[in-house]
Amino acid sequence: MTTEVVDMITVVIDGFEVTVPKGTLVIRAAEQLGIQIPRFCDHPLLDPVGACRQCLVDIEINGRAFPKPQASCTIPVETGMIVKTQLTSTVAEKAQRGVMELLLVNHPLDCPVCDKGGECPLQNQAMSTGQGSTRFEGVKRVFEKPINISSQVLLDRERCVLCARCTRFSEQIASDPFITLNERGALQQVGIYENKPFESYFSGNTVQICPVGALTGAAYRFRARPFDLVSTPSACEHCASGCDMRTDVRRGKTLRRLAGDDASVNEEWNCDKGRWAFKYVTAVDRLKTPMVRNASGVLEEASWPEALAVAAAGLKAAKSAVLVGGRATYEDAYGYSKFARVALATNDIDFRSRISSDEEREFLAARVVGSSTTYRDIDKADQVLLVGFEPEEESPIVFLRINKQFRKRALKVVSIGSKESIGVEKLKAEFVKVAPGQEASAIAAQSLTSKSVILVGERAAESTGVLSAVAALADATGAKIAWIPRRAGERGALEAGAIGNLLPGGRPVTDAAARVDIAAFWNTDSLPSEIGRNTSQIIEAVHSGKIGALVVGGVDPLDGDNSSATLAALDKAFVVSLEIAPSAVTERADVVLPVAAVTEKSGSFLNWEGRPRAFDAAVSDSLNRSDLRILSMIAEEMGSSLNLGTVTAAIKEIASIGKWDGARVSLNKVNASSQPALTAEQALITSWRRLLDLGTLQQGEENLAGTARRTVAVISPKRAQALGVVDGDQLKISTTQGSVTLSALVENIHDDAVWAPRNSRGSQLLVNLGVAHGAVVTVVKA
Amino acid sequence: MTKLAPVLSAHWDEKDSFTLEGYKRHGGYTASAKALTMDPDAIIQLVKDSGLRGRGGAGFPTGMKWGFIPQGDNKDHYLVVNADESEPGTCKDTPLLMANPHVLIEGCIIACHAIRAKHAFIYIRGEVTHVVRRVNQAIADAYAAGILGNGIDVVLHIGAGAYICGEETALLDSLEGFRGQPRLRPPFPAIAGLYARPTVVNNVESIASVPAIVNNGAEWYQSMGTEKSKGTTLYSLSGHVVNPGQFEAPLGITLREILDLAGGVRPGHKLKFWTPGGSSTPLFTDAHLDVPLDYEGVAAAGSMLGTKALQIFDETTCVVRAVLRWTEFYKHESCGKCTPCREGTWWLVQILRDLEAGKGTEADLAKLLDLCDNIMGRSFCALGDGATSPITSSIKYFREEYIAHLTQGGCPFDPVASTLFAGAGA
Repeated sequence: MTTEVVDMITVVIDGFEVTVPKGTLVIRAAEQLGIQIPRFCDHPLLDPVGACRQCLVDIEINGRAFPKPQASCTIPVETGMIVKTQLTSTVAEKAQRGVMELLLVNHPLDCPVCDKGGECPLQNQAMSTGQGSTRFEGVKRVFEKPINISSQVLLDRERCVLCARCTRFSEQIASDPFITLNERGALQQVGIYENKPFESYFSGNTVQICPVGALTGAAYRFRARPFDLVSTPSACEHCASGCDMRTDVRRGKTLRRLAGDDASVNEEWNCDKGRWAFKYVTAVDRLKTPMVRNASGVLEEASWPEALAVAAAGLKAAKSAVLVGGRATYEDAYGYSKFARVALATNDIDFRSRISSDEEREFLAARVVGSSTTYRDIDKADQVLLVGFEPEEESPIVFLRINKQFRKRALKVVSIGSKESIGVEKLKAEFVKVAPGQEASAIAAQSLTSKSVILVGERAAESTGVLSAVAALADATGAKIAWIPRRAGERGALEAGAIGNLLPGGRPVTDAAARVDIAAFWNTDSLPSEIGRNTSQIIEAVHSGKIGALVVGGVDPLDGDNSSATLAALDKAFVVSLEIAPSAVTERADVVLPVAAVTEKSGSFLNWEGRPRAFDAAVSDSLNRSDLRILSMIAEEMGSSLNLGTVTAAIKEIASIGKWDGARVSLNKVNASSQPALTAEQALITSWRRLLDLGTLQQGEENLAGTARRTVAVISPKRAQALGVVDGDQLKISTTQGSVTLSALVENIHDDAVWAPRNSRGSQLLVNLGVAHGAVVTVVKA
Repeated sequence: MTKLAPVLSAHWDEKDSFTLEGYKRHGGYTASAKALTMDPDAIIQLVKDSGLRGRGGAGFPTGMKWGFIPQGDNKDHYLVVNADESEPGTCKDTPLLMANPHVLIEGCIIACHAIRAKHAFIYIRGEVTHVVRRVNQAIADAYAAGILGNGIDVVLHIGAGAYICGEETALLDSLEGFRGQPRLRPPFPAIAGLYARPTVVNNVESIASVPAIVNNGAEWYQSMGTEKSKGTTLYSLSGHVVNPGQFEAPLGITLREILDLAGGVRPGHKLKFWTPGGSSTPLFTDAHLDVPLDYEGVAAAGSMLGTKALQIFDETTCVVRAVLRWTEFYKHESCGKCTPCREGTWWLVQILRDLEAGKGTEADLAKLLDLCDNIMGRSFCALGDGATSPITSSIKYFREEYIAHLTQGGCPFDPVASTLFAGAGA
């Protein structure tokens, strides 16, 4: 391992010496000493701009003084530098006080009605650096207020201090330069393009870094005063990026969520879904009490003891399996894993409530479980290869990190796929265009090094041979693999053994020593030794009568292929559903047990790196219980014991089990299937889920939904010409199951492919067509 | 007594001075022909030796600026000519380009050769359409004659009318198609200028001075001017004078001498105050008539040579009114990037309007000066600094006049008296 040599420089600030790495800005060096220089435009993650002039200090270098105060946010430290801040220089102090007074000249001072009041850098620094009253007696600039710059971000121009943080964020971090500064002088203002609103997946960050109340989120505007909120550090449950978050609650209700600060993961950013999709927790139709289906087939409310008794009896009466969605926390997934083995004596458990394959299951056991590719590896990579993965849509913070390296050092990015995405365009990635289903051969053709990173999405499981090819490429080149699922809980569920071929800690089910290991920890005589059924095999087994009961937690049956078979299986089996809100499972369940949402419980997720993202309950007085606790109670009722009464107990038990250090499951190579022949009207469907779509956890967020990308069907210029279609014409995509009719967009896509969003308004492919990737569909002009 | 020394303006009085033929008649394009045979470094040295300093206001040595361009870096280099002449009172580049656009083109060829650039961009303010047409024609003629297009190209870019785009980095932003706002330095344009490539930004007059230096040598140029301010330059006389216009003289001439050449202040009146280099330079009064108008002389007297825009105001002019007009200009032109200039000019105008109307107290003068102190040296670029110059200098020399406004409850002057049509029965 090589260590980077960093030149250190010692400077004197207000009489104190501080040694910092070369290139450190004076304002940062002062922070090291605990000296807070007031600032507005300065942001540690944005390029310096020196616009607000609030951070002026006196500087001399080797005895030569600058003739005027300098902006400490733009000047790097130098050897022999002596800095005097407002604490020791009357010139700096007066300069700062002068700038503060000027900043307030055109500021409305409407703090009592401003959302920022109470947590406002302008308010705070006006108190620390300004003077009690203004000498300004003139007329302030006024603007019409507010302006919607998107359906979720509002702009009060008269409050703006024109620090350009929002515009710099949009350009430098998100690469979405949809807002700019317009006009000049005091009439300068943030603005959007004439016909292009601020529809960035990352727009909420601008609201968070706005040092005044100029940018506000529509969902939070006028809802609360900061000092009435109780803040809890939390982790985001929306995807596997693993954002550190802060959840602000007033009287038991989540009012907003903010990006937390974790330099090794999300830095200080998050995406709009993580920030603004939380109403599902307080949705009116939350499940609150247990329900049991009565003799006439109607669900009716029941007491906990009654519901638990019915559940236990039903599960004991039949061979049972567990379907747990990727939304479970690490500890809950561990609970499901242990419940399956201990209470149900089966390995028939699968957390992959989506399109999946046995090739993937082997790949996860052979290559992913226990691995530790990290964000840092992206920072250091010589090349990033994207396989079945759209970072901007499926793991936005991974996108930001790749983008950071792309902007900083032109990191090479290669994307293998059928349709070039907006995110891939922004990364100036080399787009390797293949027909849906034919990705494997393109992967084999890549040349990587041991410093390269292969980012594999969950959609890689949708084409046979892809994961085999990824493993072979990594073996041949030494490149690192990172598997990046969409859901927050999948990596934790994998590590917890909520899958048929693994026990907790990555222990292979087929390894006798591993089973003995776990059996000892769990204090049971033996564990099932056969590899368990996967999701679709479990469904088949229900239909064939081999499985009679299902425990289902956090699963949307419409997320997988062949959803009609899944629904039929749920109808047929005895179903115990652990869920937060009514769903298609609830409609078919025999026992419904309400569980706590993420903000109502403690726990952790493992993000795609395998990094624990722990959180406490943000809502402290929730009566809802975690899945773990409820599974424990069912197990007790069934006569076996999980000993997992609390999350803390689960954490301790997981830690004591530790990781498997024995042999891994080996990966059997799977060959890619050949491309089916197509007629002129046929194409191969391909799709992905967009960040903002019809996902369950985004329900009730109208403002957020307003910035979702437009639903379109994408075809190539060649196909468009053959069909006589231009942008905006209606295209009908159909299978034997059904069809969707969408507005056409002619773009860079493989000639044999047609793309549509997987789960957006007007285009729910798995429901409408029953297929989502690689299958033959008919495409005609509607 | 210093005499006029027309070099740039030597043939402005000829009917066809602006044509290629008219320019060639007096040795036009011989300097560039000569320069193209010279070693580029030798040209840079020649310009350094000549002592030529930037004529756009700051007076930075031109040859040294050229020398900052990294050589052998395998990058494109650019020359950018700042023709965004917008300072109130400044009016030298416009007549120069009207009378002799080819001298600028020839200067561009020489400078490009020296700094190893293939492209020169002339950024001209959009309001002067007559100049735009003339320069465009000259460029077209130079291409037609094979003077341009043989390895060096000149592009004329028309600005949209922003004073800030005269600031070199704002000009570069504007030239790149962005809204003109000054850039953070470093990196300086010599390292990362236009399109992040090494770039020299020079004023029109600076580049136009180069052909004569190449033809006549550094010593010849050095022989004119003062110790540290060499050569001749255009002094632009305007306002209450008998014969306003361009007066090309060696650096170091005094206003008294120029006024003599111009027939003096308009009859029956006497000098009250004047700007040595445009409205951004602190005012002078009749006490400064003998200040040598070179970089050092003007600085020693508390102002700046700037663009040598000598605006003459006689005793009929209300200094408060004049300063208010200038301040309104700065408020209008402030780009808005930094707080002191953006908010400060907004505030200054309101105070000055009150003062001119006789509203307020003497304490407002102290407030005004304190406000200027909070803007001067605190803003991002020199626009904010410049906005305070007329205010602080006018209060320094004419405090009583400000107070008179307050004691009389309004302006003691008749604004008509200061107009050109005063006394003409208007």
